[in-house]
Amino acid sequence: MNHGAGAAPELHHEERPELQPHFETPEQQFESGKFGMWVFLATEILLFGGLFCAYAVYRALHPEVFVYASLFLDRVLGGINTLVLICSSLTMALGVRAAQLGQRRLLIAMLSVTLLGGAGFLGIKYVEYEHKWKAGLLWGTQYRSQADGHALEHGEPGTHGTDAASHDGSAPPEPPAPAADPRAALPPAAAAALPPSVPIPEGRTFGDGENASLLPPAAIGPTGMRAPEPPPAAGEQLERRIRHEPRNVHLFFGIYFVMTGLHALHVIVGMALIGYVLFRSLRGDFGPRYFTPVDIVGLYWHLVDLIWIFLFPLLYLIE
Amino acid sequence: MTTVDASLPQPVQRPASDSENYLTHAHGFLSWAFTLDHKRIGVMYLASTLAAFLLGGMLAMLIRTELLTPGQTVMDADTYNNVFTLHGAVLIFLFLIPVIPAALGNFVLPMMLGAKDVAFPRMNLLSYWIYATGAIMLLGVLLTGGLDTGWTFYTPYSTTTNTSVGLAMLAVFVLGFGNIFTGVNFITTIHKLRAPGQTWSKLPLFIWAQYATSVIQILATPVLGITVLLIFVERTMGIGIFDPNLGGDPVLFQHFFWFYSHPAVYIMVLPAMGVISELIATFSRKPIFGYKAIAGSSLAIAIIGFFVWGHHMFTSGQSTLAGTIFSFLTYAVAIPSAIKVFNWVATMYKGSIRLDAPMIYALSFLWLFGIGGLTGLFLGNLGVDLHLHDTYFVVAHFHYVMVGGTLAAFLGGLHFWWPKMFGRMYNEKLARVAALMVFVGFNLTFFVQFIAGTKGMPRRYFNYLPEFTIYHQISSIGAFLTGLAFFVILYYLVVSLIKGRPAPANPWGAASLDWQTTSPPHPHNFTSDPVLIGPYEYSALMWNEEIGGYVLRPEVAARAGHGQEAQA
Repeated sequence: MNHGAGAAPELHHEERPELQPHFETPEQQFESGKFGMWVFLATEILLFGGLFCAYAVYRALHPEVFVYASLFLDRVLGGINTLVLICSSLTMALGVRAAQLGQRRLLIAMLSVTLLGGAGFLGIKYVEYEHKWKAGLLWGTQYRSQADGHALEHGEPGTHGTDAASHDGSAPPEPPAPAADPRAALPPAAAAALPPSVPIPEGRTFGDGENASLLPPAAIGPTGMRAPEPPPAAGEQLERRIRHEPRNVHLFFGIYFVMTGLHALHVIVGMALIGYVLFRSLRGDFGPRYFTPVDIVGLYWHLVDLIWIFLFPLLYLIE
Repeated sequence: MTTVDASLPQPVQRPASDSENYLTHAHGFLSWAFTLDHKRIGVMYLASTLAAFLLGGMLAMLIRTELLTPGQTVMDADTYNNVFTLHGAVLIFLFLIPVIPAALGNFVLPMMLGAKDVAFPRMNLLSYWIYATGAIMLLGVLLTGGLDTGWTFYTPYSTTTNTSVGLAMLAVFVLGFGNIFTGVNFITTIHKLRAPGQTWSKLPLFIWAQYATSVIQILATPVLGITVLLIFVERTMGIGIFDPNLGGDPVLFQHFFWFYSHPAVYIMVLPAMGVISELIATFSRKPIFGYKAIAGSSLAIAIIGFFVWGHHMFTSGQSTLAGTIFSFLTYAVAIPSAIKVFNWVATMYKGSIRLDAPMIYALSFLWLFGIGGLTGLFLGNLGVDLHLHDTYFVVAHFHYVMVGGTLAAFLGGLHFWWPKMFGRMYNEKLARVAALMVFVGFNLTFFVQFIAGTKGMPRRYFNYLPEFTIYHQISSIGAFLTGLAFFVILYYLVVSLIKGRPAPANPWGAASLDWQTTSPPHPHNFTSDPVLIGPYEYSALMWNEEIGGYVLRPEVAARAGHGQEAQA
């Protein structure tokens, strides 16, 4: 059991300040650290796994909610964010390589760019959240129906080609010209809440004027254990609601905010870890003989990236 | 890995004297609070979990006192709801889940591997302080409105009651982190820090059990984490995922909860089985029978245990097909458990059995876990479960598994490793009496509950019909007897710390590597490399009258090329 004795004199503890006393060799320490991180990443996947499972259950129960609600997410911003994260994963990987090769300045540059990428991601996420907050595209009890005219308080009516006057005018509204702008056929709140980047193909709206909707008329989805509602006083009101907006749209936004919020929290943690590694690389701790922290923080960052790569299509790209 | 090589310059070279051990080499509160030594962290976990056990046990006594008579005896119904909820939550989250892995496991696991410490000592310390924080948060519900949901936190009640569910959810989330860190640590340690030459088939079965436990901990705990987080946001923000009024599905909560909490049963019982494997082999003085079967069945339990959660939900509106599948899988998970029991019995066959206190606990375990496991089959049957669901039959079943299984094994393990931990022998005669008291008292408490349950006594009820009085009173008397036994145990263990006979390195003649170091061990575990023998190679040991314990046979010590003796 004279493990490593004499054979590799550079392995002595006092010559390797980063080698902790309970490890015999730097290789053992490196492998343990990396292995431990992989095990921890399994934990992270199961943490998000619960949410992916909730997503699957509710999408199966209420497919119409997901089709309808995802139209309110901005695909362009989401796509940019995906690109930003993938690029930051690349710079992180390049940073690990730089650490292994002992290129200290390149390592510092790569870590800084990665950090910037994380910040950029959070900035764009903030813009998206703010838009949803103002439009009332929120969870559970906080959700404001996009089918009602009064939902829009902070938005800018009219900028997306809607005409608020036509909504509450007593005269029957003119049927809008279908070719001009499909948005004009939507209720004003919904039209304003839709991000400009959402393409609305020709003929994609159904009904017109007061009854316009982005969705084809569909059967009412299962409603869980909710008690049946009493029949409305005016039959047309229920019909309008069904055609404009499926029930329980807030479920989608509940899942959206929990998943992206937890992911954003992971981005913040990842940035803190990268900041720590950046600080240590400025101090000159890393080189070909010791780069474990860079490597395992990199692993964590790739996982954060990977989760977003699943979140983006699942939330934004529903057809 | 083993100790620092003699050829290497060592920063702190300590002679192996009796006064130099992990308990005495540093003094003061801070030397404990910031220790990275797995042994000290294990002892801190032991003290904390025992404190939680005392609290949970007191709550159990309150429950049994209240149930002495129908109607109100000593508390009102709302208080009773709080008491049984905290009884369950405290004993499961603060005692049963951490006690064997984090207290006993932390102490012995690195030594069994011949290692100096776990792979991530700082994370180990962090896990303890996370546990302490979570424990304080969980107890904080006492000051902030109580907790009356039962330990299962079922929605929609848990999202609407005005008791302190939010804080309890955060506490469970925090506690989960402590578990995950312990799990990550143990898996990495077992993979990367084994002594040279210690292959997977030379690991003690306790290590295999810990490994299987850690796999469950890292894979199931995060799901509980996200579930309680969802309850928290449901309560604070009204997110609606579990709220039927908002189109959410409260049964989804049950799925999520049991996806963790059924495997959590195996988090509690698998390490207990690991302890039993060590105890039965050592006190039968016979190599364990069916090593590979026991090791493999630990992993099989861990894997199958992930796919049986639906048997908690036979009456929750689950489809018959799902119920049938879950019922089948529940039967399947009984197979590896039975494999273990048969192998333990086969190990004892023609063994030279010594009925010391740890062995009495191990035999209690076989009996009690047998009953607990077999009644689990009743409940795993779709038709029978409809009748027995939410009755005292269920209560008796899981207490036989949790208390009769995990607690008996823990007590056995505690007595087994007590001399190693503190270097003192306890009063063996009192220990045997207490072990028998626990066994008798426990059976008295819970066996009648099977009968009451089949007759329809519902669980968690504050009141009951007069015809159940006799069952409840027998049960309460048994509980008080068991409670008394724990105070006897507390008494002689405390006495042993003060004036117990100094323990030899290996008082029981166990062959795993942890018994080759001094009792209590050196801060670095071993002062020289332990001699690698098989974990059940009892032929390598011999009794030494002078020391009053077992030592390696000289030819074995010489075989290792070190010519060293186990330190006495």
